[in-house]
Amino acid sequence: MAKEEAIEIEGVIVDALPNAQFKVKLENGLEVLAHVSGKIRMHYIRILPGDKVKVQISPYDISKGRITYRYK
Amino acid sequence: MITIKSEREIELMRQSGKLTAMVLDMLEEEIRPGMTTKQLDRMAEEFIRDHHGVPSFLNYAPKGDPDVTPYPAALCVSINEEVVHGVPSDRRIVREGDIVSVDCGVYKGGYHGDAARTYVLGSIDEKVQQLVDVTRECLDLGIAQAIEGNRLHDISAAVEGHARSFGFSVIENMVGHGIGSELHEDPPVPNYGRRHTGVTLREGMALAIEPMIALGRSRRAVSRKGGWVAVTEDGKPSAHFEHTVIVRPGQAEVLTLSLRERNVA
Repeated sequence: MAKEEAIEIEGVIVDALPNAQFKVKLENGLEVLAHVSGKIRMHYIRILPGDKVKVQISPYDISKGRITYRYK
Repeated sequence: MITIKSEREIELMRQSGKLTAMVLDMLEEEIRPGMTTKQLDRMAEEFIRDHHGVPSFLNYAPKGDPDVTPYPAALCVSINEEVVHGVPSDRRIVREGDIVSVDCGVYKGGYHGDAARTYVLGSIDEKVQQLVDVTRECLDLGIAQAIEGNRLHDISAAVEGHARSFGFSVIENMVGHGIGSELHEDPPVPNYGRRHTGVTLREGMALAIEPMIALGRSRRAVSRKGGWVAVTEDGKPSAHFEHTVIVRPGQAEVLTLSLRERNVA
């Protein structure tokens, strides 16, 4: 049986938290705590509540993720 | 954590692997157009229990996703555009011209075996036949890389390279996996990746290598919320082959060889 890896999934920012962390509501209805990837930080891409983003989810703890892209 | 299996454990895994292969051999003989996928499932479950095994997939629940109900069957039967995890049903009938991917897992003696094959029913489109053949070859090429001293993604790169050279797409969100006393163990074995990366393979690692390859360009197999079956995004057919293997120096040991493969070897 193939194992499913929730590699990347889209979501919407619900809440901006300190330390560049965000609450993200995913397409599948789950809410995760996500931090911003280094590459996004480097380029000062600002993320606000309501933005649509791409999130990588850790297979080890699906309540945490990493924001890798902010859609325009 | 990746576990190295002792020879004692590997001997037990040989038993469960062999039974897994026997189930798939049996189904290959029995499958006919007009059968329901539930019929196949029932035959497989009976066969497994008659041979003192337990279906690994029955009641399997992936950790961490509360939406998914435990898997309700012994087999995954995935037809055409269904990539994996097709749940057997009384209403689903396999037809002439279908490609049917059957994935089966057996738990016996404390260890799991896991294997899959794509059966071709009757005459099918040339392109689809090629997809099935290439996926099969991808598995062989992947297994050829599962030797001590290689890196994990050497397997992945071999699978991906072969599939892409025919213009097929690789499903990226479904992966192979380590296997042993648990059905899914570390490491994940993706079907795409770069050579010379990933962990170094050591003798005694047990891996389920399973290329899932699709016509068209779908890179993900998507399922509806809470549902099991995962289909290609563009509705194009996909094929799936899987073996449970033990990493060895020089050549991997395949635990789930079909009768035909064993006779060739």
